[in-house]
Amino acid sequence: METYFDHSATTYLRPEVTQVMNKYLEDEYGNPGSFHYKGLKAKLALGAAREKIAKIIGCDPSEIIFTGGGTESCNLAIKGLTKSKKKGHIITSSIEHHAVTDTCDYLERHEGFDVTYVGVDKDGIVDVEQVRKAIREDTILISIMYANNEIGTIQPIKEISEIAKDKGIVFHTDACQASGSLDIDVRNIGVDMMTLNASKIYGPKGVGLLYVRKGIRLVPLIHGGGQENNRRSGTENVPGIIGFAEALELAQAEKDSESARLKEIRDYLIKRVVDEIPESWLNGHAEKRLANNANITFLNIEGEAIILLMNEHEIYVSSGSACTSKTLDPSHVIVAMGMPYEAAHGSIRFTLGKRNTKKDVDKLMEVLPDIIEKLRGISPVHLKAEEIR
Amino acid sequence: MIEVKGTVHPDVKAKVDAKSWFYTDEVRDHFFNPKNILKTQKEATEYEAISDGVGEVGSPACGDMMKIWIKVDSDSDKIKECKWQTFGCASAIASTSIMSEMVIENGGMTITQALALKPHDIVERLHGLPARKFHCSVLGDKALSAAINNYFFKSGQKDRIIVSKGAEIVDKILKITDKDIEEAVLEGAHDFEAVQKKTKVGVQDKTCIPRVKELIEFYKDKYYG
Repeated sequence: METYFDHSATTYLRPEVTQVMNKYLEDEYGNPGSFHYKGLKAKLALGAAREKIAKIIGCDPSEIIFTGGGTESCNLAIKGLTKSKKKGHIITSSIEHHAVTDTCDYLERHEGFDVTYVGVDKDGIVDVEQVRKAIREDTILISIMYANNEIGTIQPIKEISEIAKDKGIVFHTDACQASGSLDIDVRNIGVDMMTLNASKIYGPKGVGLLYVRKGIRLVPLIHGGGQENNRRSGTENVPGIIGFAEALELAQAEKDSESARLKEIRDYLIKRVVDEIPESWLNGHAEKRLANNANITFLNIEGEAIILLMNEHEIYVSSGSACTSKTLDPSHVIVAMGMPYEAAHGSIRFTLGKRNTKKDVDKLMEVLPDIIEKLRGISPVHLKAEEIR
Repeated sequence: MIEVKGTVHPDVKAKVDAKSWFYTDEVRDHFFNPKNILKTQKEATEYEAISDGVGEVGSPACGDMMKIWIKVDSDSDKIKECKWQTFGCASAIASTSIMSEMVIENGGMTITQALALKPHDIVERLHGLPARKFHCSVLGDKALSAAINNYFFKSGQKDRIIVSKGAEIVDKILKITDKDIEEAVLEGAHDFEAVQKKTKVGVQDKTCIPRVKELIEFYKDKYYG
C-alpha cells in the first residue's frame, strides 16, 4: 500500500471531478469557438464553469483568464503587467515559487526592471514592514505568495494588499497552495491579481487561472485565436476547466472540515517525528501554516537519500536538498529563513491530503526512525541542532 | 523494490521496465548495500585508530562530505583496506562504495595505481551517473587522494606527499583542482555555469570564480581551439 505524503507536488483527481470531466472528454468534446451546436454546448459549459469560479472567488466572470497552470498564470501576471510598461520596480519575496522568482529574475536581467526581494523572519513569514520600506516611486507590482509550497507558511496577504492599495501598486498573489484551505475571496483578501491552479486540489494538471481585477491592462503572452478576451489564445481546455471548477467548489465547501481533519494528522505526524527522532525539528511557523504541511529537518544526513529509502516502502515525500534540485542549490526557502545550508539539505516535506489518515503516520514511523539512524550511522557529520540553529 | 511494469501508453515508445529506477542498477546496488562502510560513529572512531591514513573532503553545507580510511601494506605498497563514511545522496554513497571496492579488489591497488584512479573510472564502473551528479565521483576520488597523502605523512614518506595529484587547488573549500576543471571542459561543460553544475566549483569558495573562468577559457582553447 502506498502512502502519499506529497500533495503539494500534485494530487489525484477526486471521483466527482473525474466524473464531470468525462462527459467533456468523450461526448461534449466541441471547441467553444466553433459555430455549431457541438461548439455551443462546450461554450455554454465553459461559461458556466467560469461563473461558478467567479462566484467562489468573488469576482466578475470576465476577470478570470484560464491558463495552462499556475506557472503560466504567474508568468502572465508578472510579464503581462510589466510588458505594458517600459521599466519599473517589482517587489517580491525571497520564498516565492520559481514561477515567480525566475520570471522576476528574467525581467531584471533582460528587460531592465528592478526587483527587490523582501526577506522572511526565522519562521518563514514575509516581513510586512520590509515590503512597505521597499516601495519606490516607480514600483509597479508587488507579488507575494499566499501560502508557501515548501514550508506551508501563510503570508500576511491582507496587510500587504492594504499597503499596495494605499500606494496604488498592483498586487499579485500566487495562491496555488492556498485554495484547499484558505479564504480566496478576492473581496476579502483585497488582491488585484491571483494565481490558482487545479492540480493541488484534486483537479486535473495543466489548468490554472489568473484573476485580474477590471481595469488592469495585461499584454498577452500567447497570441493566436483571441480566446479569453484576447488575453490568452489557444482552444480552451474545456474538460480541464470544468474539472477545475468542480474541484475548487468542493475544496472551498469542505475547507474548514478538511483542514481540521488534516491539521490533526499533521500535528500527530510532527509530534511523533520530532519526539521520536533526535536532532530533528519543524521548519516554518508552528501555527501560521497550511493544515497539510509539515517540513522537518533531519540533521547530518541528506534529503535525497532519505527520499529514496522511504521510496522503497512506497512512502512518497519531497526534499529541499540540493541533490533533488536541478540546480544543485538547496531550498532557497529554508535558506531564506536564516537556516544554514546543512539544515536545508536534510529537510523533508510531508504534505497530506484526502487519502491520508493517522494510520499513514503510524506506518511512516515504523520505518522512518531506522532510515534516519542508518543514514546517520554512515555519515561522517555529527553536528548538534543547537550548534547551527 | 516496487516493480514498475509495462509501457506508459501503447503509443509511447519509452518502456518502463521492471528494473527501472532513478539510477543504474550498479548505483542502486551500492546505495542499498554499501560495501566496506563504517556503519556507526563508534566503528569509525575505532577504525581510525588502526588505519594508516584518513582523508576527508566536502562539507555538509555543500551537501556532500566524504571520509575515507585506508590500510596500506608497506612492503608491497598496496592498499589492503579502504573504509568510508559519506554524507550525501545516493550517487555520492554509491560512488564511494564502488571506489572502495575498486581499490582493494585483486589484492589491492598499489598507491601509484590508486593515485591514477580517475573520477571517470568510478562513473564507468557505476555504468553512468546523471551529468549533474558527476561531482559525487570527483569527491570520492579526492577523498582517496587525501587519505593516501595522510598515509605518506604518517608513515614518514614526506617526499611522496603530493598537493593533489600535482594539481593546483582552485576551490579551497571543495578542494577542486585545475584538473577537475579540465575534465569538466572535456566532458562538454564550456562555460562557468556548466562547469559549476558538474563540479560545484565556486559554490562555497566564491573567491576562486575568476580563476575558474580563466581556466575554462584556457582548456577550451587547448582542446577545442
